[in-house]
Amino acid sequence: MLEEAQVQTLARLARIALEPAELPSLAAQLSRILSLVEAMEAVDTTGVEPLAHPLEPVPRRRPDAVTETDQRAEFGAVAPAMAEGYYLVPRVIE
Amino acid sequence: MPRWQPVIGLEIHVQLSTESKIFSGASTAYGAEPNSQACAVDLGLPGVLPVLNARAVALAIRFGLAIGARIATRSVFARKNYFYPDLPKGYQISQYDEPIVSHGTLCLTLPDGQAKVIRILRAHLEEDAGKSVHDLFPGQSGIDLNRAGTPLLEVVTEPDLSSAAEAVQYMRALHTLVRFIGICDGNMQEGSFRCDANVSVKPVDSPVLGTRAEIKNLNSFRFVERAINHEIERQIELLEGGGKVIQETRLYDPDRDETRSMRSKEDAHDYRYFPDPDLLPILITEDEIAVARSALPELPQQRHARYVRDFGLSPEEAEAVSSELPVAEYFEALVDRCGDPRQAANWVTGEVFAALNRGTMPFSEVRVSSERLAGLLARIKDQTVSNSMAKQVFEAMWQGTEEADAIIEARGLKQVTDSGEIEALVDAVIGENPDQVAQYRAGKDKVFGFFVGQVMKRSKGKANPQTVNDLVTAKLKL
Repeated sequence: MLEEAQVQTLARLARIALEPAELPSLAAQLSRILSLVEAMEAVDTTGVEPLAHPLEPVPRRRPDAVTETDQRAEFGAVAPAMAEGYYLVPRVIE
Repeated sequence: MPRWQPVIGLEIHVQLSTESKIFSGASTAYGAEPNSQACAVDLGLPGVLPVLNARAVALAIRFGLAIGARIATRSVFARKNYFYPDLPKGYQISQYDEPIVSHGTLCLTLPDGQAKVIRILRAHLEEDAGKSVHDLFPGQSGIDLNRAGTPLLEVVTEPDLSSAAEAVQYMRALHTLVRFIGICDGNMQEGSFRCDANVSVKPVDSPVLGTRAEIKNLNSFRFVERAINHEIERQIELLEGGGKVIQETRLYDPDRDETRSMRSKEDAHDYRYFPDPDLLPILITEDEIAVARSALPELPQQRHARYVRDFGLSPEEAEAVSSELPVAEYFEALVDRCGDPRQAANWVTGEVFAALNRGTMPFSEVRVSSERLAGLLARIKDQTVSNSMAKQVFEAMWQGTEEADAIIEARGLKQVTDSGEIEALVDAVIGENPDQVAQYRAGKDKVFGFFVGQVMKRSKGKANPQTVNDLVTAKLKL
């Protein structure tokens, strides 16, 4: 069972704002996902290769060549804010 | 108080020399207009898929072979999740538990002559982030994503370095190596070679490592040394004052010459890596590795050792002609042709480097081929020209396309070695300067140079200096 503090940490890492009232129900829901994983862990996988990629691994690589052109104007048109070629965001200070 | 032993590991980001990005066809050229080289893949727009750049893989393999590392026949891209405005996808594509290169070494020769092996734990492929600009727009940050998606190889050492000086020596050796094998231009001003340092201290006799701090933003050799020394001092002071070092990321500020905590990265240790479902594993065949191995040039350290051992060069001379591949190739071609390694090294590091520096040209633009230079060195060897005359000939060769012989002939620069001819000049100079002869014979040895100078002047510099010396000595004794 996930604790509420763990849910808060996950929310902060994911930049999701949560009301304190939401914590108990979310903790319960996320815990159900974990129990599903636990149930799957019960399956005996001895001798089965781990599978991270469901596709037949045909490793495609592209030749090192520039194929893209400057589309800044198009991308800028759908950006929330842009000036002097830069995408603008609320000030970030280190 | 215990004596403290610093323990240092470095993570160096090597920007791979590709035309296009690691997962997109956008250009990696430096200095373009902001965001003019950031395509839909680099911006992380919905619906795009990354496709791996073949050259980035080839360069990573080449590096792995150069450090005697294991090349993984299967390695996996993972997502490193964190939020920052210059990371549009919210994750960086990197490698985590299955890097392409692991378990290599780089050997250093310490100032006391001892060899020290630095273990390289891993080198993994990843994409670079964009750049944030904080001082252009009041109250806002500007984001330039041209750099987003640029291929990097992050080279991580074991904590094998025991001082700031050693860390810098390792960093320089790696810098030389990556340029030599042509995987990185090494331009630190443009961020092609960047260093983070993990620093801790422990009592000399303790087997347990201390808590480490990570210092970021070390973008010159000088900063690395200063920042690490400062961090060592800070930790020792803290520990001796009864405090504790906390594991954190610190940013080096070169203006104030200090490191300070980056509190915004407090959560950053939880990156929640997982395999990137958009990218298949990198599969590398033994054939591919064998081809890369056969294309690998002899490395700077091996060449250095060979030049000292077989050619009799000093370590400094060997260093000067072995640390860049085009220089080493030119030097060896010259040695093959002229048969005199010392003379070849002198000319390459003397006249050739000087001529290139005057025009601030890279070595690739050398204007006198090793074949033409060998032609000139042959004329020094057979005493057709003196060393100083040869420098004039070289200058003319640099400016034009003529061979040494043609220039010597056309300008009448042939050295006079005929002792009869020189003897006549010596006799004339002695005859015309009885005062100086008297002075010399009275014990004023310095006047000797006057006679040699006068004879050389009359011969217009063409008299063989050794013959002149011998004759003046003989005649003055009479």
